Amino acid sequence: MSSMNRREFLQMLAAASVAGAALDARPLLAAGNADALYDLPKFGNVHFMHFTDCHAQLLPIWFREPSVNLGIGTALGKAPHLVGEHLLKAFNIKPGTREAHAFTYLDFTQAAKTYGKVGGFAHLATLVKRLRAQRPGALLLDGGDTWQGSATALWSQGQDMVDACKLLGVDMMSAHWEFTLGNKRVQEIVDKDLKGKIDFLAQNIKTTDFGDPVFPPYAMREMNGVQVAVIGQAFPYTPIANPRYMMADWTFGIQEENMQKMVDEVRAKGAKVVVLLSHNGMDVDLKMAARVTGIDAILGGHTHDGVPQPVTIKNAGGQTLVTNAGSNGKFLAVLDFDVRGGKVQDFHYKLLPIFSNLLPADVEMAGYIDKVRAPHKARLEERLAVTEGLLYRRGNFNGSWDQLILDAIMDVKGADIGFSPGFRWGTTLLPGSAITFEHLMDQTAITYPYSTLNEMKGERVKEILEDIADNLYNPDPYYQQGGDMVRVGGMNYTCDPNAKAGSRISDMRLHDKPMAADKVYKVAGWAPVDPSAKGEPVWDVVGRWLRDKKTVSARKVNVPKLVGMKGNPGIA
Amino acid sequence: MNTTRRTVLKSATASGVLAGLIAAGALRPTQVLAAEWNKAAFDAHDMPGALKGIGAGATADSKDLILRLPDIAENGAVVPVDVVSTIPNTSSIWILVEKNPSPLSASFDFANGALPEVSARLKMGQTSMVKAVAKADGKFYTAQKEVKVTVGGCGG
Repeated sequence: MSSMNRREFLQMLAAASVAGAALDARPLLAAGNADALYDLPKFGNVHFMHFTDCHAQLLPIWFREPSVNLGIGTALGKAPHLVGEHLLKAFNIKPGTREAHAFTYLDFTQAAKTYGKVGGFAHLATLVKRLRAQRPGALLLDGGDTWQGSATALWSQGQDMVDACKLLGVDMMSAHWEFTLGNKRVQEIVDKDLKGKIDFLAQNIKTTDFGDPVFPPYAMREMNGVQVAVIGQAFPYTPIANPRYMMADWTFGIQEENMQKMVDEVRAKGAKVVVLLSHNGMDVDLKMAARVTGIDAILGGHTHDGVPQPVTIKNAGGQTLVTNAGSNGKFLAVLDFDVRGGKVQDFHYKLLPIFSNLLPADVEMAGYIDKVRAPHKARLEERLAVTEGLLYRRGNFNGSWDQLILDAIMDVKGADIGFSPGFRWGTTLLPGSAITFEHLMDQTAITYPYSTLNEMKGERVKEILEDIADNLYNPDPYYQQGGDMVRVGGMNYTCDPNAKAGSRISDMRLHDKPMAADKVYKVAGWAPVDPSAKGEPVWDVVGRWLRDKKTVSARKVNVPKLVGMKGNPGIA
Repeated sequence: MNTTRRTVLKSATASGVLAGLIAAGALRPTQVLAAEWNKAAFDAHDMPGALKGIGAGATADSKDLILRLPDIAENGAVVPVDVVSTIPNTSSIWILVEKNPSPLSASFDFANGALPEVSARLKMGQTSMVKAVAKADGKFYTAQKEVKVTVGGCGG
C-alpha cells in the first residue's frame, strides 16, 4: 500500500470510528502515527542510513532499554547516560507515546503489548526502500555486530546475515563480534561474499607481526556531485573482550593517530563530507570527537544506546556530530547533510524506531528469511518453558534473563556463586510467553559457549569484579570496554563506581556472611576467554533446567548495593 | 597479504627482535652488550632506583618525546611500544614500567646521526604507568602513559 493510499485508508477508518463503528482505538491511534513517524522529508544532498548492533535478529522482537546506565565523571547526566524520564526530558519526548516506548524501559510490558514488536529485516527493508526512493544515492551503513546473536547466525557461521545484508543493500560495514567467527572465516566472507558489494572497513586492524593493514581503512563515493568518505573503526578491544585466539593474527586498538591521518588523507583526496562508521562505543566516540578533527559525523554503535539526537562536540577543527543507533534491529538512523560551497552547511538527523506493525514486511526479504529458517524450524520453535515474569538483559548490573541463566547454572553445577558476562545483546520476552530454544539462543549464541565450574579464592572473585568494574567505570573512556558489569548470582556486594580502580567493590557477602579473601568458593560461569577452557554449551545446561521447570516464576534480580549514585539520571 | 615480503622481513628483522628479547628478559643482555650493561639500573626494584641508575636526576616532560602504547594491552606478555624523539642530539632512550619487579625494561644508545626511534615489546603483569626517558645534551626528558592490563572477557 503506498503512503498516500494508506493515508486515505486511515482517514476512512477515522471517519468510520467517528461514525460509531466498533473499532479498537489503540491500533487506530498507533496506525495514525505511522505517517508522522516515517514520512521524513528529504533534506540536503548527502544522505546516510545507519543501523548497528542488530545481533542477527532477522525477525521482529521486543527489546527493553535499560533502567540503569550510569554515567560518572564528565559523563554524569549526559547522553547516553540517561534513562527513563530523564532521557525523555532531555530529548523533549512526550511520556506515554510510541516514541517514549521506543527509547525507554517505562511501563515496558503494557507499552510493548500496545505497540507490538520492533525490528525485523523484512520491515527494515521496507523502510530502507522507501528512504532510498526519496534520497537517490543514499548510503546504507552497518556498524557491525551483525553476524552474531542468533541460533541461525551461529549455525550458518554468519552466512544467513551476510546474505540478508546483501539483500538489504548494505554499502559499508565495520565489525566486532564478527571476529568471534575466527579471522579465517571473516577473511573468507570478505573475499568471497562481500567483494564488490559491501566494503568491510577498519582503519584500526593490523597484522600482529608487521603491522600491515588487514582491511581498507575507508571508502569514497561521489553522491549527487559531492565527494564523501566513510572511515571504518572496528571495536578496539575485540581481542580483550573476546577470546584473543580467535583473531590472533590481528591487532586492534583505538589508533587515534592513524585515524587523524586517514581523515587528513580523504580530505586531501577531495572529500567534502567525512563520516566515521564506528564500533568504539559512545563514550569513546565522544572523546575521539574532541581530539580528532575533520570528521563531520561519527555514526556509532557497540554500547547499544538508542540516542534520539546527535551530541555535537566542538574541536580544534570545528565540530563533529556523535550518534548511537541502538541495537537488535530496533532502529534505523537517517542523517541528511546540506553540502554547498564545498562544505557542510546544515544537517537533519532522525533515529527511526522500526515498529513492525506499522511497516509492512518486504516480500522478498520475508521470503529469504523463511527460507533460511525452514531447515531449523522445529529446533528453533521447541518450547522449553513458560516465563511468568518479564525477561530482559540490558542494564549495567543485571537483568532478569541473566538472573535466569545464573539460577540455572548455579543449580545444575552446585555452585556457591554464578558469573554471567555483561553482554548488551539479547532480546526481551513478555510475561506469560513461551521460552523457545530460539529465545534461549538469543541470549547465548556465541562461538565459545562453554559452561564452567571453577574454584576461586575470595580475593580472586574481588579481583575479577574490580577489573570488570573498571572496564565500565574508568573515568577515561579510552580505558572502557563498553560491556556491562558481570552479572553475579549467589553473593552480594557493594559497588562505588566513583572510587578508584581496585577499590570500587566492598562488603562481599555469601548467604549474608562476609566472604573471606583466602576461602575457596565454587563459581559457575560461561563464555570463558581462556583458550584451554572446555565445558557443556550453556544453552544445553539452561535448556535442560528450563525443560525440567516447565514454568519459571519471575526472577529475583540480584544487584549490588550502589554508593554515591543518588540522583544520577542514569538510574531509574 | 604479501607472503614473499613477509618471509624476507622475518629474516631481516632478526636483529630488531633482539631488543624485544632483551626487554622481556629472554636473552641475557650481558651476552650482547657486555661492555655497556648498566647492572645497577636494570637490577633496581623501583622507579627512583632505576632513574638513579641511568643518571636521570632532574627530568622534564617533553612533547617532543613521543611514546606510543595501547591504552589497554591485548596481551600483557607482549605489549608493543614505540618511542620517537625529535629532541636534537638525543643520545639515549630508556623505557621503564613502573609496576614491574625491575622497572627498567630497555636501554638504547644512539651513535652520531642515528635516528632516535625504537620499537620493543614489554612484558607487563599488571596495569602500570610506562615511562620513556630521553637524554640529549646532558639533560633528561620524559613522556609517560598508563597501560591497562585486564583479565578480559565480558565485553559488548
